[in-house]
Amino acid sequence: MSGCRDEDPRIHGIKTKIGVVPNFPKPGIMFQDITPLLLDPKAFKDAVDLFVERYKDKNISVVAGIEARGFIFGPPIALAIGAKFVPLRKPRKLPGEVIFEEYVLEYGSDCLEMHLGAVEPGECVLVVDDLIATGGTLCAAMNLLERVGAVVVECACLIELPELKGRGRLNGKPLYVLVEYQ
Amino acid sequence: MASEDCQDARIARIAAAIRVIPNFPKTGIMFQDITTLLLDTRAFRDTIDLFVERYKDKDISVVAGIEARGFIFGPPVALAIGAKFVPLRKPNKLPGEVISEEYSLEYGKDKMEMHVGAVQAGEPALVIDDLIATGGTLCAAISLLERVGVHVVECACVIELPELKGRERLGEKPLFVLVDAA
Repeated sequence: MSGCRDEDPRIHGIKTKIGVVPNFPKPGIMFQDITPLLLDPKAFKDAVDLFVERYKDKNISVVAGIEARGFIFGPPIALAIGAKFVPLRKPRKLPGEVIFEEYVLEYGSDCLEMHLGAVEPGECVLVVDDLIATGGTLCAAMNLLERVGAVVVECACLIELPELKGRGRLNGKPLYVLVEYQ
Repeated sequence: MASEDCQDARIARIAAAIRVIPNFPKTGIMFQDITTLLLDTRAFRDTIDLFVERYKDKDISVVAGIEARGFIFGPPVALAIGAKFVPLRKPNKLPGEVISEEYSLEYGKDKMEMHVGAVQAGEPALVIDDLIATGGTLCAAISLLERVGVHVVECACVIELPELKGRERLGEKPLFVLVDAA
């Protein structure tokens, strides 16, 4: 079952370290800023530990992190659970052979790329980003991985914006978050 | 010495895990690709351990990582040594109040931003990136931090391209690297 941890005592400390910045990047958006969390070593460690505790015995061999804030949370998790880290990047950043997946934004579209050969068919993968909003980026990430035959076990984010209904957009894939912003 | 042998073995494994891609992003450049290092769980672990061993008793309170590949190496080091992690970002990514530093590229300019108030005057800091080439980006990072009174203790990179003389460009600022890409 997808879950949201609201019983663990560490969650409160994490929640207080997420800053909300109104009208960024444009009017009407309440931006969820994780940088204050990164300035609190205990809260940052707690966030990583909560994910590690959940995933360490799940035979996950790959953690895929979405550029750029998924690069902050994915590697510490990967290192702790003994998994590979695979960066999913904006176009033209990864050298060598890549596959790409286009996805729709509010206005226009964007593209996510992954190295060919980074993930083998049948590998169990965790996808990590700081936040899920509409779910478009996470969907693109899952598509990339499934196209090479990987099994996406779960998506993990620090923050969910439930009003944007991203959870329902994940094609039935489970989503685990630490904090919801209402 | 047993410990030196162990260090040499780890460095050798790290060096072997880095992939060189010719003519990326443009003709004539031999791109040092660390993504293959991130797929080697032991070598990635060793990379972080080598930095942590060097810095854990040096009272460093801030690890500043340069977007985007510095976000992969910086946070695990910060978490292990109990330091804050401060992301140094491309323009318009950080919400709220920022200070910025412009720097030169081979053709044109770029800009790096840091949150105001992330770090305090007098804090000892480590700057991390995956690679030092000409040193322009690292110099911009050092400038940003020093402008708010932070003491940059050292710069740390996985890879150095010695021919590009980045080390000289850092002047008196110490630089620690794991691998020379000759």
